Amino acid sequence: MIDPVTQPFVEFAFMRRALVGCLALSLGAPPIGVFLMLRRMSLMGDAMSHAILPGAAIGYLLAGLSLFAMSLGGFAAGLAVALAAGLVARSTVLREDASLAAFYLVSLALGVLIVSVRGSNVDLLHVLFGTVLALDDAALYLVASITTVSLAVLAVIYRPLVLECFDPHFLRSASALSSPTHLMFLVLVVLNLVSGFQALGTLMAVGIMLLPAVTARFWAEDVSGLILVAVGSAFAASLTGLLVSYYANVPTGPAIILLCGISYLFSLLFGLKSGLIWGLLPRKHLEA
Amino acid sequence: MTLSAHVEPAISFRDLTLGYDRHPAVHHIDVEVVRGELLAIVGPNGAGKSTLLKGIMGELKPLGGSLKLDGLNKRDIAYLPQQIEIDRSFPISVFDCVAMGLWRKIGAWRGLDERGKRDVARALATVGLVDLASRPVGALSGGQFQRVLFARLLLQDASLILLDEPFRAVDTKTIADLIALILHWHGEGRTVLAALHDLDQVRAHFPTTLLIAREVVAWGETHKVLTPANLAKARQLVEAFDEHAEICARDEGEGRQERRPA
Repeated sequence: MIDPVTQPFVEFAFMRRALVGCLALSLGAPPIGVFLMLRRMSLMGDAMSHAILPGAAIGYLLAGLSLFAMSLGGFAAGLAVALAAGLVARSTVLREDASLAAFYLVSLALGVLIVSVRGSNVDLLHVLFGTVLALDDAALYLVASITTVSLAVLAVIYRPLVLECFDPHFLRSASALSSPTHLMFLVLVVLNLVSGFQALGTLMAVGIMLLPAVTARFWAEDVSGLILVAVGSAFAASLTGLLVSYYANVPTGPAIILLCGISYLFSLLFGLKSGLIWGLLPRKHLEA
Repeated sequence: MTLSAHVEPAISFRDLTLGYDRHPAVHHIDVEVVRGELLAIVGPNGAGKSTLLKGIMGELKPLGGSLKLDGLNKRDIAYLPQQIEIDRSFPISVFDCVAMGLWRKIGAWRGLDERGKRDVARALATVGLVDLASRPVGALSGGQFQRVLFARLLLQDASLILLDEPFRAVDTKTIADLIALILHWHGEGRTVLAALHDLDQVRAHFPTTLLIAREVVAWGETHKVLTPANLAKARQLVEAFDEHAEICARDEGEGRQERRPA
């Protein structure tokens, strides 16, 4: 059976690759976004996505369009910024958001400088906006591996991570897992951004991470529910985004992120948990 | 009187000074808390009550002197801080929140078995919140949330319990229930230290009291400690935090007086 939904994927291998890549990404990144949101670190994802740029750029300059070099460079740069920010926050008066802002801006400036001095603007766009329709085997393996590792690690640190978000003081008083958990979580954030920047580019990797997470807040009431809704909505946005980009001939990355944005706006209005529309309807209150 | 010499102290403060940036918040504390004691810590605002509890938790390093916890490690202590950093908007149910109290038993990876679930249910029943078990914590009132925290303390099954102003913004009915719980802990032989400001509560329920005002004003049986003279002295002693304070003279070889229980 060939219909408008399956036809592009049946016909073109690059569409199948893009779909697999996006689905893997949609499985790994949104749960991380849920925890970023719950820790009130939503904007950290954005900052970190900029922070990985110089590493990726240096990788690009040294090895050309080598997936491995760019990913490794991006991972190293992202982790360095996250750790430096965390260290400064824990040992000085500066809060984590402020110290992160300082480091990521330096990192971003460095990245843009490296890319523009040595490469052309086309290269810069390539790094910033990704190449979802040109995912090769190596890129797919990388994205899939990162998703696998990410889900496994998340399962291991799930309980301490929930506690670290909800009541960090209690976790610190009850166990020594507080700092290791925070550290592992930062590693996961950077890993998933690196994975996303393969497919969607640095600027949009954070979109697939956070938009589904904030969307989920309007539908679910516990952490596991949030994760399921976030992953589901990222799946839906990926599939429709690919189809829209195929039929309307628009870039894929922005199409996927815009669809995530549309589902966020829809949830904001009609979400079962505190969607705006419910506040406008006159509804009688319950007995208890 | 629990302060007899042959009983092993659970906590001993020896000339202990605690503070922030070298400025002491409490200094030269010489006190012993024995196992099973129910001790109220009272004093004016800024007297150093919270600082003392933080010191016991190991959150502050002593600026001087020492603090010994006899045979107790961090896991044996349950602590209800005054400034809770809890995110009340976090999507978690009352049941799950209370179940965290079982951390010592289930840690980060073990599942919550039937017995654990029964324990959580019993703790919720003790604080009178069974009906709200599946509600998100964000839906609770201040008093109900304080009951949740007490249910969690209950499950922690700690031999030393530290409570920092546990009755703030809580109605009288809830206070009565929570005090009953504290007395029950006392009956079970747990050591309980509570920083409090309501002297009537202290007089009615706490056998021993430590009155501090940046240093020990009086320590011992509650009725001997909470005298008008001691309370007046405590109010005078809370000096302003002095940015340019000299190095404390008592550390400069001046013979310290042994402070004994009243």
